[in-house]
Amino acid sequence: MSYTEIERQWTTRLRRRFVHLLPPEKLLPDTQPTYVSSWIYVFGVTTLSALVVVIASGSLLALRGPQWWHTSSVGHFVNSLHLWSVEIFFFAMVVHLWGKYFMAAWRGGRALTWMTGVVTFLTSIAAAFTGYVSQTNFDSQWISTQAKDGINATGAGAYFNVLNMGQMLMWHILLLPLAAVVLTALHVLLVRIKGVVPPFEEHVEVNA
Amino acid sequence: MRTKRFRPDVDVAPWKGGHSPYDIIKEGTIALVVVGLLTLVFAVVFGSPDEPAVTIKTWSNATPVDFAVTALSELNQTSGSAMYGAPYNNASVGQKLGPLELAKWVGARVPVNTVRDFVINPLKSLPDQPVLTADLRQWSKASASTRALWLKDYTKASANLKVVNGQVTVSANNAGPVPVFINDLTQMAQTGALDQALVTQSEFYTTNFTLPLLFLADGSYLSNLAQHQHLSGDQWGMMNELGNYPGQAWLWLYTFWYQIPPFNSSANADVLVWGLMMALSVVLLLVPFIPGLRSIPRKTRIYRVIWREHYQGSAEE
Amino acid sequence: MPFTHVAALLPLDTLGHYLHWHFIEISVANFIVIVLMVATFITALVAPFPGRRRRKENQ
Repeated sequence: MSYTEIERQWTTRLRRRFVHLLPPEKLLPDTQPTYVSSWIYVFGVTTLSALVVVIASGSLLALRGPQWWHTSSVGHFVNSLHLWSVEIFFFAMVVHLWGKYFMAAWRGGRALTWMTGVVTFLTSIAAAFTGYVSQTNFDSQWISTQAKDGINATGAGAYFNVLNMGQMLMWHILLLPLAAVVLTALHVLLVRIKGVVPPFEEHVEVNA
Repeated sequence: MRTKRFRPDVDVAPWKGGHSPYDIIKEGTIALVVVGLLTLVFAVVFGSPDEPAVTIKTWSNATPVDFAVTALSELNQTSGSAMYGAPYNNASVGQKLGPLELAKWVGARVPVNTVRDFVINPLKSLPDQPVLTADLRQWSKASASTRALWLKDYTKASANLKVVNGQVTVSANNAGPVPVFINDLTQMAQTGALDQALVTQSEFYTTNFTLPLLFLADGSYLSNLAQHQHLSGDQWGMMNELGNYPGQAWLWLYTFWYQIPPFNSSANADVLVWGLMMALSVVLLLVPFIPGLRSIPRKTRIYRVIWREHYQGSAEE
Repeated sequence: MPFTHVAALLPLDTLGHYLHWHFIEISVANFIVIVLMVATFITALVAPFPGRRRRKENQ
């Protein structure tokens, strides 16, 4: 192959683009701007860590099937890990959202970072909902028979049947976690690409 | 050259200040360990709720009259499921978002016929029932108007429906096979056979519980249990979990609308609340582009607490 | 793993406690979670963050 041919390859172009956008020292930085000096900044990584624990505990639950936890104390304990990691996940995510809002973290071309965060939040709510209706107990019976009215009223109930446990379980353990992980990855990569938003300037020249 | 106007809620001045060492992998590891430990502690201390599922067997044994009355409502098509509309049937227009009949437009793609699916087909699956078999034949040969007359007679008498020694007793003399249907279905339910018949229908494997869940939800037993646990819609139930476990606090705004007018008395409450929450979600998504909303952080000056070290440093300079 | 055979130390299975204020009804559990979230947010804003001297040196 000639040099020009190599340059034109998809692989070469994609690699060059990615490395230009996110060189290793930007992907895994070893410094931060000095204004990153508040405990409010830990809630993003806390949310991410909680997501890891949610997925890990969910994976353990998957090992023995959806009804294992009803008859096994080990299974019930794993279910408890899954429940509490979800509570911590939402707790941290909402505190993170409050912090980012009051920092106006969308400034400086970071609107997409904000938007991916919001979509991840909404996707997480959907993931939690499908989890609740996959419990195969009284809770899932009640939640599904109630939620059906809201979802049916939009027309979506014709295709997304919350009373169909098999469908809900598959959305919960595959489709929605995949969406949440991809969205989270995009969100985190955007933070790395754009950097952490600087403080508001107290004195700014506003030119005509 | 004209410089672009600086919009303080949209733009940032490039950072010309210093950087300090930061160990991102270490931070991530510490966060993971802390969250892992917290999760472990909560799981060990508090566990998680697991209230066993209600079966039609449990329901029909605990409150046989409620079951029998519900079974009648499935047969005379006055139950919630029978009159639901899309996606189960075309019995009603369903909810409307202004002029939009969203559910109706999509149609009945999860077909449920309560007469066939909740009563006739399950009864047909019972073996060695000569009286029932004859009655089922009588029903299938009858005209719609004859069936309606039978049902009208039984329904009128059902106000005094009782279950005595395992038998459903109603004083209805012109109700054709209906008394046998209701009695036999109640007994079938009490053995657990109806749970199985509703789930398996014509299939071996199934993970779709649409029929038994709709039947359960048509009765009062499930909702009374939920009411007892503060899980009803009018109890902010969407946010709640069983017992003293924390629930879904993040659904506070979604369930809030159901508690206030006009939603709390509207027949279209579900679609109205969905529409409103979708709109608010779009607003949240587009905050960076909404003047006013995106100015609140700068105007409330909470950022001065977050970045106080930076501002103190700038002031010193 | 011995603890897997032990039920939760303080199971929260008893009937829930609820707070009522006008039309607002909230479980004590959810109320505690929300209060903790607000308290955590405020604490995160005001609590001193370590490494101040190092950052001053790097400015």
